[in-house]
Amino acid sequence: MKTVVLMGNPNVGKSGIFSRLTGTRVITSNYAGTTVDVSRGKLHLPDGPAGVIDAPGTYSLTPTNPAEEVAAAILGEADVVVNVVDATNLERNLYLTLETLERGVPAAVALNLWDEAGHQGIGIDVAGLEALLGVPVVPTVGLSGEGIRELVGRLGEARPSATIRPMSEEERWAAVGRITGAVQTIAHRHHTLADRVSEASIRPVTGGLIAIAVIAAAFLAVRWIGEGLIAFFFEPLFDLYTPIVMRASDLLGPGILHEILIGRLIGGEIDYVESMGLLTTGLYVPFAMILPYIVAFYLVLSILEDTGYLPRLATLADTFFHRLGMHGYGIIPVFLGFGCNVPGALATRVLETKKQRFIAATLMSLAIPCMAQIAMVFGVLGPFGLRYVVMVFATLALVYVAAGLILNRVVPGECPEIFLEIPPYRMPDLRATATKTWMRVRGFVGEAIPYLFLGILLVNLLYSVGFLDLLAAAFAPVMEAWLGLPAGAAVALLVGFLRKDLAVGMLVPLGMSPEQLVIAVTMLTIYFPCVATFVVLFRELGARGMLAAAGVMVTTALLVGGALRVILIGF
Amino acid sequence: MIAMERTLLELEPGMQGTIARFIGSPGFVRKLRTIGIREGKTLTVVTRHPLGGPVVIEVDGREVTLGRGMAVRVVVDVAA
Ligand SMILES: Nc1nc2c(ncn2[C@@H]2O[C@H](COP(=O)(O)OP(=O)(O)OP(=O)(O)O)[C@@H](O)[C@H]2O)c(=O)[nH]1
Ligand SMILES: [Mg+2]
Repeated sequence: MKTVVLMGNPNVGKSGIFSRLTGTRVITSNYAGTTVDVSRGKLHLPDGPAGVIDAPGTYSLTPTNPAEEVAAAILGEADVVVNVVDATNLERNLYLTLETLERGVPAAVALNLWDEAGHQGIGIDVAGLEALLGVPVVPTVGLSGEGIRELVGRLGEARPSATIRPMSEEERWAAVGRITGAVQTIAHRHHTLADRVSEASIRPVTGGLIAIAVIAAAFLAVRWIGEGLIAFFFEPLFDLYTPIVMRASDLLGPGILHEILIGRLIGGEIDYVESMGLLTTGLYVPFAMILPYIVAFYLVLSILEDTGYLPRLATLADTFFHRLGMHGYGIIPVFLGFGCNVPGALATRVLETKKQRFIAATLMSLAIPCMAQIAMVFGVLGPFGLRYVVMVFATLALVYVAAGLILNRVVPGECPEIFLEIPPYRMPDLRATATKTWMRVRGFVGEAIPYLFLGILLVNLLYSVGFLDLLAAAFAPVMEAWLGLPAGAAVALLVGFLRKDLAVGMLVPLGMSPEQLVIAVTMLTIYFPCVATFVVLFRELGARGMLAAAGVMVTTALLVGGALRVILIGF
Repeated sequence: MIAMERTLLELEPGMQGTIARFIGSPGFVRKLRTIGIREGKTLTVVTRHPLGGPVVIEVDGREVTLGRGMAVRVVVDVAA
């Protein structure tokens, strides 16, 4: 089977074209570095099926970060390269095109963003470019699918370029200039409103104000949409469901099956948070407490990503992040991490050095709770008053900054400066936004819910054999003496390794004071990542890096936990 | 027109210049060129962030953010 590899500069629409070619949806966003790993899919060509690989974007075949390394390495697997080129920015893109063609691999060029080029008054002589490059060139619009059929049709013509020979770097730059001059015409561009908005949002004062407004609006939107979904959809749904489970409970009668399916009845009633049955807590927690906020968060994140706002925010945050040993783009793992720490950990690949990636990954694991956990924190602590929720997040913010300042001092290595292209503002496409949100929500349902079920099952089984009580007893000294928590909280913390959202739920039946809950929930965030994140971190940081990160996590957890205990509860 | 050489960092927001040369390793030069910052191009400084923050420039209608340590190694000709 032939392998088709999509290569191109960052943010030119490779992933969009990949989705069009293969029907396999992958995440696209309006910033460089969306794709940090390869995705594989299939395409049917006249001469049989072909594998298609979506690579991360790279400016040249000499990589400067791990995402680009992945791209440069994957070129070796290609039987055919589809070089995706940003038609609004031909000159810059051609360097990689020439480098790729010089390798002598059969190739075709997709002149993507053809619609935007038209709007901007940029004309490209496609036939002329084709003649100069010696490979098929097809204008495409990845967003609408225009030109994709023709691109597929002409893949058969892809062959090593007859016109482009290996050359020196200086010769290559000269060739880039020559080719661009020969095929491109640009109408004079006026300063548009979009340009002015773009400039305002990247300047320190106006940009700072806009950033505060955007973040506040994003936060309110997540809350408002999440609460709305719960109040008007999920709660009514579970109100209909309750009589059914009650019937089932009566029919089952007491016994092990009742324990597992329905769980404990509290005052003769089902308590959806505390009962711990698969059909009660197992459904209610993921669907009625977490899912609404996941939907809301990813909807808002999609809009932030697709407008192209995030690189501007990264520019504004750069000075601050630089003090923490990263640079402004360190904000990307933070944003993605709030959804789920797994993509957050992967996104550290947009940072150039090991030191930066170590710090970004460690700080995320320490202080960025995922949306599932945040939703549970709001659900569990919210009823006691918003100030307890604020305590948790203020502590975590403090931990993020303090740990960053310290790690920047003690971790050896370099901190290169920010170097980032700012994409044009784009109006998010309604369908693209909906599809992306749906993909991520489906990801949550597919991955989180089996784990939650497993977790609940495991907890029930381990309780019934008395293992968890043993565990609680073993950890009692740390829990009680150091953190001021009941011994049972140790069990919740350990379950947190499986699913942190479930662990937060397990704190409820312990009957703790809100102050104790604040301590427990904060510990739960800091002490260790969940297993899914752990696996990715292990791969990204290596065994030694992970060990060091784990050391930081446990130490920080104990210090912060002890401090909180003294402040909130006293000795 | 008499041109004066300045580093990009010395340009105030709103000022324009023509990129003359870069001071640094081939890798550094390639990094700049492949993102569109090339000799002979006209750049405009959009903003320079305070407290050692980054510089944002516009080249060919595209904005690029770069740190000050890089900006100081970009030499531009400014109309005097
Ligand atoms: N108007 C328009 N927008 C497009 C087109 N192709 C892609 N986009 C948008 O451009 C942005 C980048 O698309 P991606 O497919 O994520 O780009 P990529 O090359 O995979 O980016 P990286 O993975 O970061 O290298 C997204 O916001 C897309 O919606 C197009 O032909 N026309
Ligand atoms: Mg991509």
